[in-house]
Amino acid sequence: MSAGPAPQPARDAGVHKEKSMVLQKDMLAEYFERVTTSPKAGRKVVYTFVPGNLTELIQSFDLVPVYPEINALQNAMRKRSDSFIAEAERAGHSEDVCTYVKCDVGMSIGGNIGPSGEPIPPPDLLLLSYTGCFVFMKWFENLRTMYRCPVVMLHVPYQGEGMVTPEMRDYVVRQIRTELIPALEKVSGRPYDEEKLRERLRLSARAEDGLVRALASAKHRPSPIDAYFGGVYYVGPIFTAFRGTQGCVDYYDCLNEEIDERIRARVGPVTPEGPLGEERYRLVVEGPPNWTHFREFWKLFYDQGAVVVASSYTKVGGLYDRGFRHDPDHPLETLADYCLGCYTNLSLPSRVELLTRYVREYEADGFLIHSVKSCNSFSAGQLLIMREVEQRSGLAGGFLESDLVDSRYFSAANLKNRLESYLQMIEQKRRGGAAA
Amino acid sequence: MSVYLGVDLGSTTTKAVILDRDEKILGRGITNTRSDYQVATAVAETEARINARFTILRRLLEAEGSGVEMLDALVSRFAVRAFLFRLARLRRLALAHAGSAGGPVTERLRLALQSIFERIEADVRLNPEAAARLKRSFFRDLVGVAWMSLAESEAAKFDLDFEDLMGVFDVVILKEENTVLDFDFAETILAGHDPVSGNGADPRVVREAVAAAAREPLEVLNLAGTGYGRQRLPFRKDQIRSEILCHGLGAHYFFPATRSVLDIGGQDTKAIQIGGDGIATNFQMNDRCAAGCGRYLGYIADELNLSLDELGPLALTATRRVQVSSTCTVFAGAELRERLELGERREDILAGLHRAIVLRAMSLLSRSGGVREEFTFTGGVARNPAVVAALRELVIENYGGVTLNIHPDSIYMGAVGAALFARRDLPMEGLEMEPTR
Repeated sequence: MSAGPAPQPARDAGVHKEKSMVLQKDMLAEYFERVTTSPKAGRKVVYTFVPGNLTELIQSFDLVPVYPEINALQNAMRKRSDSFIAEAERAGHSEDVCTYVKCDVGMSIGGNIGPSGEPIPPPDLLLLSYTGCFVFMKWFENLRTMYRCPVVMLHVPYQGEGMVTPEMRDYVVRQIRTELIPALEKVSGRPYDEEKLRERLRLSARAEDGLVRALASAKHRPSPIDAYFGGVYYVGPIFTAFRGTQGCVDYYDCLNEEIDERIRARVGPVTPEGPLGEERYRLVVEGPPNWTHFREFWKLFYDQGAVVVASSYTKVGGLYDRGFRHDPDHPLETLADYCLGCYTNLSLPSRVELLTRYVREYEADGFLIHSVKSCNSFSAGQLLIMREVEQRSGLAGGFLESDLVDSRYFSAANLKNRLESYLQMIEQKRRGGAAA
Repeated sequence: MSVYLGVDLGSTTTKAVILDRDEKILGRGITNTRSDYQVATAVAETEARINARFTILRRLLEAEGSGVEMLDALVSRFAVRAFLFRLARLRRLALAHAGSAGGPVTERLRLALQSIFERIEADVRLNPEAAARLKRSFFRDLVGVAWMSLAESEAAKFDLDFEDLMGVFDVVILKEENTVLDFDFAETILAGHDPVSGNGADPRVVREAVAAAAREPLEVLNLAGTGYGRQRLPFRKDQIRSEILCHGLGAHYFFPATRSVLDIGGQDTKAIQIGGDGIATNFQMNDRCAAGCGRYLGYIADELNLSLDELGPLALTATRRVQVSSTCTVFAGAELRERLELGERREDILAGLHRAIVLRAMSLLSRSGGVREEFTFTGGVARNPAVVAALRELVIENYGGVTLNIHPDSIYMGAVGAALFARRDLPMEGLEMEPTR
C-alpha cells in the first residue's frame, strides 16, 4: 500500500512534462537531498508509512520523515526493485511476502542506497501510525532488528461500523499524547510545540483544498486529468513529507492553474506522450498501480482513450474529497482522525459505498479493479466489492491482476488482453448490444 | 451471394466461419497450421468456403427435391480427392527434398518414400474406414500416424534410419500445410465418373446443382477477427473483437437462454457471464499461468504417446480417480511419470487430471459470478468427454441442476461470434458496398 509522490521517471527524454511535474521533481530532489544529508547536518530521521502518516507532528520536531514504501516504488520506477527483491529472497524472505517489504529489505542489505543514488540514513525512530496492515508491523519488527532503534506503534482501530466514534478518536489521541509525543521529544531533544504544529496543520488544510479541487476536475467532460495514473503524481506531495509546508500549497496552486487551462481549452489529461486525444471511456479504478511497468500500464489505457476519472488509490493518504481536513484548532484529534480515516481502514461496505458514489458522481462508463498480489489490505474482498458495485451501479466490472514492484507478476500480454476485452464489452453495450 | 466471415486465431487452431445474411452458418473451416496466422486464416477460410458450397448444394438439391441423399457420398468423395490431391503435393515435396542430398542414400530414400506414399494412398482408396477418418482429422495427423507406422519397416527394407524418414516428414509437412488448396470444387466432385450412378437420382439435376454451387460467388461483405492472433492480422481496428465477446455471442447464437459460458482454449480459460442479448457482462480469465488449459492436455497426450482425442475416452474407463492437485503445464510430464512409477493406472491418473482441470475452471467461474440459468461450455476442450463429465458433476454439485449445453460446433464458437459481429456491424439489408478485402 501507499501513495506515490512524483514518481520520477528513469528516462526523461521525449516525455511530455507540465510545469507542476517539474516543480514536483525539484521538490522531490530537494527532499532526498535533505534526507541523505541528515546525519551530516545533525538531523534525526523517522521512518513511517504513508497511510495515516503524522508528517506534521514529525516535522514540528524538526525531524525528517522517510517513507520506505515510497523508496520501494521509486526504486521500481527506476527498474531497481527486482534486484532488491532477489536480494531479500536470498536472505530468506519467501515469494509470498509483500514486495514493498522485500524491496526495502533488499535495499537495506545493499547499503540502503536510496532512489537518488545516495545512502538513506538509518532510522532514529520507527513510527507506525496505522496498524490496519499487519505487514507494516512485521516490516518494522524486521527493521528494528536490523537497526536496533526505538519503535512506536499506535494501535488504530478498524472502522468496522463504518465510522469513527468519539471513543476511537480518544483512544488514538491518548496514544499520541502519552507514547508518541514523549518518544519524539526524546529522539529530537526538543519539547512538543503545539503552535508550531497548528501552523503546519493550517498549511495542510490549504493544500488539501487544492488537491480536492484538482481531483474533482475529473467531473468535467473531457476530464482534464487522469485521476489514477496522473493522480499518483497529484497526491505525491500531500501524502508525504510536503504536507504542512508552503511549498505544498504552491504546488497545488500551480497544478490547478494547469488544470483550469485544460478545462478552458477542453483538452484531456497529459500523458507521457502528450495530451490525450478523444476521451472514449471514463473509468473508476480500485487498487494501487503497478510501478515496475508504470508507463507501459498507463499506455494500455490511454492508447484506447480510457481515462480514469476517480480512483481509490489516491485516497490511501486520506479521504479529503469526503470532507476531511486537518484542523489546526484540534491538533491531536485531527491527527487521530487522519490515522483512522485512511482508505484501507474503511470497512468493505464503506468502500463499496465510496466506489459506487465515484461511479455516479464522475459519470463513469466502467469500474475496474487492479488487484495486486502483494497487498492484502487492498485485495482482500475485492471480488465482493466488484459484485456489489456492479449491482448498485448497473455497470460491468473488470478485473486486472499484477503486482506493485515485482515485475515477475506483470504480464503485459495478459493485461492487454483483459483490458481490451473489458473496454470492448463497454463499447458493445454502448452500441446497443449485439444489434449493431 | 453476400457472406460474412468470422476468424478465430487460436493458439492451437485457426477457425473460420461463413454466415449468410440470415445469420445461418454456411461453412466452417479449421486448420492446425501455426507457422503463420496469415496463412492459417487463408487455409481456414478456403476450407470454410468449400464447406459453404456444400451447404449451398444441399439447399439447391432440397429445392429440386432430388439428390439430397447423394450429399454424404459427394462429401466423402470430395474428402478423398482433396486428401489425394494434398498427398500428391506432399509427395512431390518429399521427393524433391530427398533428391537434394545426392548419392546412393538418396536413391534408397526415394524408393522408401515412394513406397510409403503408395501404401497411404492405397489405404485411403481401398479402405472405407480410412476414408471415413478424413472428415474428422487434420491432414497432418492422418499422414503423420500412417507415416510413422510405415517408416520402421520401410527403413529396414531400404537400409535407412527411421529418423531420416521421419525427418523428411517433419520438413515437408510444414510446407504442405502452409499452402492453400487451389483445386476446383465442381471438378473435384464431378471429374472422372458419374456422381450419381446407381442412386436413382437424376444425374443431370445433381450435376447442375454442383456446378451452380461451385459458381456461386461468395462475396465477403464484412469480416471480424478474434483469438490470440487477432492483433497480428491486417484487420481494421473495428473488425477486431475480443474472445470474450465472441464466445459469449457464439454461445448465445446456439443456446439463447445461456447466461454463463465457460471456454477452455489452448492457452487460456475464460468464464463469461452474458446478458439476454448475448453480450458479455463480466468475465474472468486465468492469469499469466496457462495451467489446466488445452495445451496441458496436449502435453499429457504426448507424454502418454496418445492422440489428443484418445485422452478423454481413456479417462472415462477409469475405475478410481487418482487425486491430482497440480495442473501446471510445465510439470505435467513429471507429475504423470511419478504417478505411473507409483503403480497407478493410466486411466485412473487421467480421470484425476481431467477433474483437476475442471476444478481450476470452477474457481474462475465462481469469480465471474457463478453459473446462472443455462450454462454453455465452448472451446476445443469441450470435445473431451472426460472434461465434460467432470464439469457436469461439479456444476451440479455447486450450482444444482442447471442446463449444461455443449454444441458439436463448440470449437467454432468464437468464430461464429466473430462472424455475427461482422454481420451485425453492417445491419442494412441490400446495402451495396465494396467487399472489405
